[in-house]
Amino acid sequence: MDDRSEIARAAAEAAARRSYGKLVAWLAARTRDVAGAEDALADAFAAALERWPRTGVPAQPEAWLLAVARRRDVDAVRRRLSGEAARDHLKLIAEEMEARMTGEDLPDDRLRLMFACAHPAIESSVRAPLILQTILGFDAATIASAFLVSPATMGQRLVRAKARIRETGIPFRVPEQAELGDRLGAVLEAIYATFAEGWSDPTGTDTRRRNLATEGIWLGRLVASLMPDEPEVLGLLALMLFAEARRSARRGPEGDFVPLAEQDIALWDDDLIDEAEALLVRAAQREIIGRYQLEAAVQSAHTARRRGSGTDWAAIRQLYDALLSVAGSPVVAINRAVAIAETEGAPAGLAALYVLGDDKRLQDYQPYWAARAGLLARLGNIKHAAEAYDRAIGLERDAAVRRFLQGEKARLIRN
Amino acid sequence: MRYMLLIYNDETAMANAPKEQTQQVLAAYGAYTEALHKSGAWLAGERLRPTQATTSVRLAGGKTNVLDGPYADTKEQLAGFYMIEAADIDTAIEWAARCPAASTGTVELRPIWEMAEYIAAE
Repeated sequence: MDDRSEIARAAAEAAARRSYGKLVAWLAARTRDVAGAEDALADAFAAALERWPRTGVPAQPEAWLLAVARRRDVDAVRRRLSGEAARDHLKLIAEEMEARMTGEDLPDDRLRLMFACAHPAIESSVRAPLILQTILGFDAATIASAFLVSPATMGQRLVRAKARIRETGIPFRVPEQAELGDRLGAVLEAIYATFAEGWSDPTGTDTRRRNLATEGIWLGRLVASLMPDEPEVLGLLALMLFAEARRSARRGPEGDFVPLAEQDIALWDDDLIDEAEALLVRAAQREIIGRYQLEAAVQSAHTARRRGSGTDWAAIRQLYDALLSVAGSPVVAINRAVAIAETEGAPAGLAALYVLGDDKRLQDYQPYWAARAGLLARLGNIKHAAEAYDRAIGLERDAAVRRFLQGEKARLIRN
Repeated sequence: MRYMLLIYNDETAMANAPKEQTQQVLAAYGAYTEALHKSGAWLAGERLRPTQATTSVRLAGGKTNVLDGPYADTKEQLAGFYMIEAADIDTAIEWAARCPAASTGTVELRPIWEMAEYIAAE
């Protein structure tokens, strides 16, 4: 398939997912029956995924899906649902569509659906998969392979979560301002988890996982368009775009790991970085700081190299101080120690790192050992540096990163 | 939707509490019940006698087994219940959080399985 038809296919598929998600959200928000909404549209969605790449996207995609959904035999749906609920709702939605045929869009309830999927009464590990399935129409097998669990397990978790939404009475609404902070945090966390799963496959050889990063960004854009004044929404989108912009610079031509400081800036995507910077500026206007804005600002400081100036370590250090106070985690603390080493010297960085040593979780955390090895090496403590490299190498799952660490250790011993 | 609020407390601690504290707890429950009534959410609610007054019954081989004591020994014991009407789980969670038991023990929220729903599903 040539590039152009590949792009056309991807565009048609994206349009099908967009329309499907809107219809599922509209139906589910009115029935609280997510599985029923999916069932009612399943065949029509499959037909759209198959046909639209060949025929082009119809002028009114939602109306097209509804017309096909209404034509199909609804016996299967009727068996699943109480009475003829699904058919009644399909009729309802179709009537509303016909009344709006003037070209106005179906109301967008996808945000409400996302808040239902990321409700505190839903187990946190299933929130991101649930959003991928309901908003984007991915099947359980695809989601399972991306999140590295068996298809049967993922299928079961999704079915249970949807039953829970209906039976527990989880509402489809955007929470009031008073509780919006926490609840929005859960939605953003699910979107970031989606992106991070895709990001963890840096070479992008695994298509499904690479797509996951793209879908995470797509969901981030969707929420940003529906909540354009929420600074953390903009912050998360900026963070994902900064990371995505560096994708092709993360590996050398031989597939070798390239650390951030040594990446070829010519391989960074300037458009994405510019967009991320603009989002951060917009977010900052609200003067409500948060975790994602801070993390995005760290990324922004790292990309300062692009404009000829060096990496702004003093700014990075300050940002990590702030991050530690709003969203402290071992990961943040390690990065902060590295920033301290860059601004105040390796002994200060190492001291900040040793303070963390009591945290049991870090014993099995590769970046902790790699950071420790790097700082010990700088101080000429070869023996302990080599030991720390060994720990880091033993903990790393990515072969390219392992090769990089082995190379660092070999260089250390040679010198 | 109808929701059941099942109240779990450490009944020994409750029994050993000073009289003054017990009266405060009772007053808190009184105010809470009053608030439920006023909002129209209240459907039912009672306090249960402690597990020392509990009897468990099971039929085995045609014989009725009667055991003194609760079905399961737990750290906190079922101490009472409310049944409320709420639009959704968020409203029910708000009521559960206001219940005095939420700060002394646990409030378990269970939606009522309406007969109309499981009969229609058959």
